[in-house]
Amino acid sequence: MADIMIEARDVVRSFGQTPALRGATVAVAPGEILAIMGPSGSGKSTLLHCLAGILVPDSGEIHFDGRRVDTMGETGRSALRRDSFGFVFQFGQLVPELTAEENVALPLLLGGTRRDAALREARPWFGRLGLDGLEGRRSGELSGGQAQRVALARGLVTSPKVLFADEPTGSLDSLTGEQVMDQLVGAAREHGTTVVLVTHEARVAAYADRHVMVRDGKVAALTPERVLS
Amino acid sequence: MSVPLTLLGLLEREPSHGYDLKRDYDTYFGRGRPLPFGQVYATLGRLARDGKVVISEVQPGVGPERKRYVITEAGATEFDAWLTDPIEAESHLQSVLFTKVVLALMLGRPAHEYLDLQRGAHLERMRQLTEIRRAGGLVDGLLADHGLFHLEADLRWIDTTVARLDALRAEVVK
Repeated sequence: MADIMIEARDVVRSFGQTPALRGATVAVAPGEILAIMGPSGSGKSTLLHCLAGILVPDSGEIHFDGRRVDTMGETGRSALRRDSFGFVFQFGQLVPELTAEENVALPLLLGGTRRDAALREARPWFGRLGLDGLEGRRSGELSGGQAQRVALARGLVTSPKVLFADEPTGSLDSLTGEQVMDQLVGAAREHGTTVVLVTHEARVAAYADRHVMVRDGKVAALTPERVLS
Repeated sequence: MSVPLTLLGLLEREPSHGYDLKRDYDTYFGRGRPLPFGQVYATLGRLARDGKVVISEVQPGVGPERKRYVITEAGATEFDAWLTDPIEAESHLQSVLFTKVVLALMLGRPAHEYLDLQRGAHLERMRQLTEIRRAGGLVDGLLADHGLFHLEADLRWIDTTVARLDALRAEVVK
């Protein structure tokens, strides 16, 4: 792989006595969409959390855009997550007290952007993701698919270099899930965002450029690297 | 795919020339494997011989004569019987993949590695079909969906089989 955006090298991570990763190695190219697959409990989410600087490996290295992540302190990793990464999880995890628009603007507000500027940046995402007219709704007033698209907009609003998506369609029916994936992939391609996608569903993984499987805490390649156009 | 029955179905819609039948066949059913003209006219010739279509008129022209084909009652009856008869629900119990897995286990070969290779091939095809679905219209999208659902079912079988390889080995290795 010529260019690498983010990479795990021989990562080991245990929870108590239970090993989750036993020497996991994977690299993702700039603009690539990588699907990490594997059965429940295989360690695929742990790998995503290590790559994203949420968890620190017991040993091994994490590199992002030429920087070593695993040796950073919590403050450095927190800044990295806020400034360079976006996240979409299985359940949208929208803040119920905030409107959809405020939820999308939240990462900008947390990064110190003024409220009016943050909302101004958040607004175009509603049109891009087919959410026009829903700006003022709270999460309880949104369908599952709408809430997940709001969460996707929130994950992308800071123009992250890497979007981490952990079972992003897991709580949706298959048709709604496909709409969310269509928009996730469309937005990532348009902005050149690298995507690390964790899923156990083959139909969701099929949106990715390349597929790896986590088994027994290690990473096995399933499909070869592709030349990205 | 039965070419004669598909052509009968297209003729049931309206009387047509061979050229129009080929065009519609390629558009909806060819999927990158266009029907050769020779096969269109040979099939129409057989259908005419068997009394399932008749030629209603011949239009002379600069090129070859253009024959307009009309479905007969016998042809319509055969087409209707085919349309309403469910396709055999094939269980695929003797699939090539199953045979490979059992033989690999019998021979002490790494069955899970073969299954991973197959999983990769399936995912690559699913990726291609997903691209077709994203870029294409409704017809392409629904055809891609048909392929995707079948490939997904195979992958679920692969997942289940990988999880049970030890048990299967105990059963087939004597």
